[in-house]
Amino acid sequence: MKVKFLTFFFLILSQFAHSKVLEVGQNKSFKKIKDALAQAINGDTILIHQGIYKEGNIIVDKEVTLIGKNWPILDGQKKYEILSIKSNNTVITGFRVENSGYATLDDPGAIKVYEANHVTVCDNILDDNFFGIYLQYCKNTVVKNNRIKAYGVEEQQIGNGIHCWKSDSLQIIGNRISGHRDGIYFEFVTNSVIWRNISTKNIRYGLHFMFSNNDAYITNVFKNNGAGVAVMFTKNVTMINNTFEENWGDASYGLFLKEISDSYIFGNTFIRNTSGIHMEGTSRIKVEKNVFESNGWGMKIQASCMENEVVTNNFIANTFDISTNGSLVLNTFNGNYWDKYDGYDLDRNHIGDVPYHPLSLFSVIVENNPPAMLLFRSFMVTLLDKSEKMIPSLTPDNFIDNTPLMHSVDL
Amino acid sequence: MNRIGKFIVLDILKNKIVLVYTLILAILSWSVFSLEDNSTKGLLTLLNVILLTVPLVSVIFSTIYIYNSSEFIELLLSQPIRRSKIWFSLFFGLSISLLLAFFIGAGIPILFYAPSDVGIMMLLVGIFITVVFVAIAFLSSIATRDKAKGIGIAILLWMFFALLFDGVVLFLIFQFADYPIEKIMVGITALNPIDLARILILLHLDVSAMMGYTGAIFKNFFGNQVGIIAAFTILLLWVAVPFLISLRKFRKKDL
Repeated sequence: MKVKFLTFFFLILSQFAHSKVLEVGQNKSFKKIKDALAQAINGDTILIHQGIYKEGNIIVDKEVTLIGKNWPILDGQKKYEILSIKSNNTVITGFRVENSGYATLDDPGAIKVYEANHVTVCDNILDDNFFGIYLQYCKNTVVKNNRIKAYGVEEQQIGNGIHCWKSDSLQIIGNRISGHRDGIYFEFVTNSVIWRNISTKNIRYGLHFMFSNNDAYITNVFKNNGAGVAVMFTKNVTMINNTFEENWGDASYGLFLKEISDSYIFGNTFIRNTSGIHMEGTSRIKVEKNVFESNGWGMKIQASCMENEVVTNNFIANTFDISTNGSLVLNTFNGNYWDKYDGYDLDRNHIGDVPYHPLSLFSVIVENNPPAMLLFRSFMVTLLDKSEKMIPSLTPDNFIDNTPLMHSVDL
Repeated sequence: MNRIGKFIVLDILKNKIVLVYTLILAILSWSVFSLEDNSTKGLLTLLNVILLTVPLVSVIFSTIYIYNSSEFIELLLSQPIRRSKIWFSLFFGLSISLLLAFFIGAGIPILFYAPSDVGIMMLLVGIFITVVFVAIAFLSSIATRDKAKGIGIAILLWMFFALLFDGVVLFLIFQFADYPIEKIMVGITALNPIDLARILILLHLDVSAMMGYTGAIFKNFFGNQVGIIAAFTILLLWVAVPFLISLRKFRKKDL
């Protein structure tokens, strides 16, 4: 036993003995990163000192740790993909990666990971790249605390901040992304988590999510993006404690749900969006304890949605709380707080005694006939709305919250 | 003009009705703001007051006042004073006293509870609405010698602008739903000072909803500086045109 252990110990030690630190810099043994990479073997660390490195496309095909000291700049001169990672267990940290090339055919990224597992990309600054961090066919990869910035003007001219494709078990944590096409893009990515990211001022979506099952995104901030956040053609997504703010425009939503099912939306905040949540063809989703405040439309639930539950949310100061496009209602509303509710509570159980119809006649009219918005808040329209609230005739009468709360939910 | 104007203002202030109007506005505004938990809801209630009550009181009070001061006007006409001067003094006297009532009644609570851009817009709009309907009162009272008829015209005009016009517009929107009528709608609002006022406030109050497709067209038009200047210019025209027509009639009228 003892011999066996000693052998094992020396085996480990020998591994350490082999791994070495290669330094790259002006007065160091290597002047170029590529030279150091050529000399390195699996397990080595390459320490890159301050300076500007214009080496075209750097391919990392060994299991090495690349550490930048004092933010060395990797410049792609607007021609090349900068770092291509093709090996497992690679770590990239501490770099300033700038000016990647632009090509629509092979999508060059500042840092692109090809079919590699256990890669870590953390604490880098990415500036003015086509794609920021691009992962394809990756597993167990961590993208953490990167600052990703671009200056996109047109959708076609710029790539995504963090682009993930056909991957599994990713962790996207604590990144700040702005000015890209989509802040974070997920397609065919499963079992992954997006946590504590801030995605702002991107041209299209803050987060774009397609065919990606069993994922969670938690405590992110999506602000001022072209069209908010889109989650489409997906099931089992958990969305907790995110903030969706100031996504303004006609086709712009705080959160856009299309063809998704069996998901859970909990504790999010939707503030000042044209529509807080827009649902199309979604089913079996639970929307619980969210705050909808000062949106144009709190929720737009199209008639193609079914078996969704909207429970214990706060609807405060929205122009319209709810809107729909048909008369079919297969969703339930229970125990929400609506600030437009004017019922009473005689038995003092904090639940209104009169059911609330969150759908106003005028929101239906506007949905079918947008120019009617011109007449909003005119006396005529207020009159119509009031009479419709008393005796629903045009709006579906099962669009109803039977247990509206008298006071807002403390969250 | 100054002396006549001052006399008229003092005469109106002595009249208890304007004081009661001030008081009612004040009670309404203060209670609305202190009852509601957020000032936006208070502003919404006040919006209805400004769009309905303020024009109603302005137009009816002014019409009746002009009819009642016909003897006073005749007396002034016997003096060497130009007719336009008399008519202008009457207009300024009425406008200033009603504006004073509006400002003390509704303006102070608005500035106190909601000194935001919505509140200030509301104040400006209220001021313009008051003056516009005073001008309309001048038009309706010069139109006929019969007092009952004149007041009738004033009430009908108020009803048309406050209620009927929106109904007609809603009807038009439904009839022409298949056509791109958004831009024409912007033009049509200019035909009603109350609608114009409402949209100016709406663009500040429901800013998120106004970012939708149609809203964006209004926002593009009324939301930027040029649009706001254009809107207020149109409101100014709503003051100037009725008043100047009435002035022309008054000059030629055989009293």
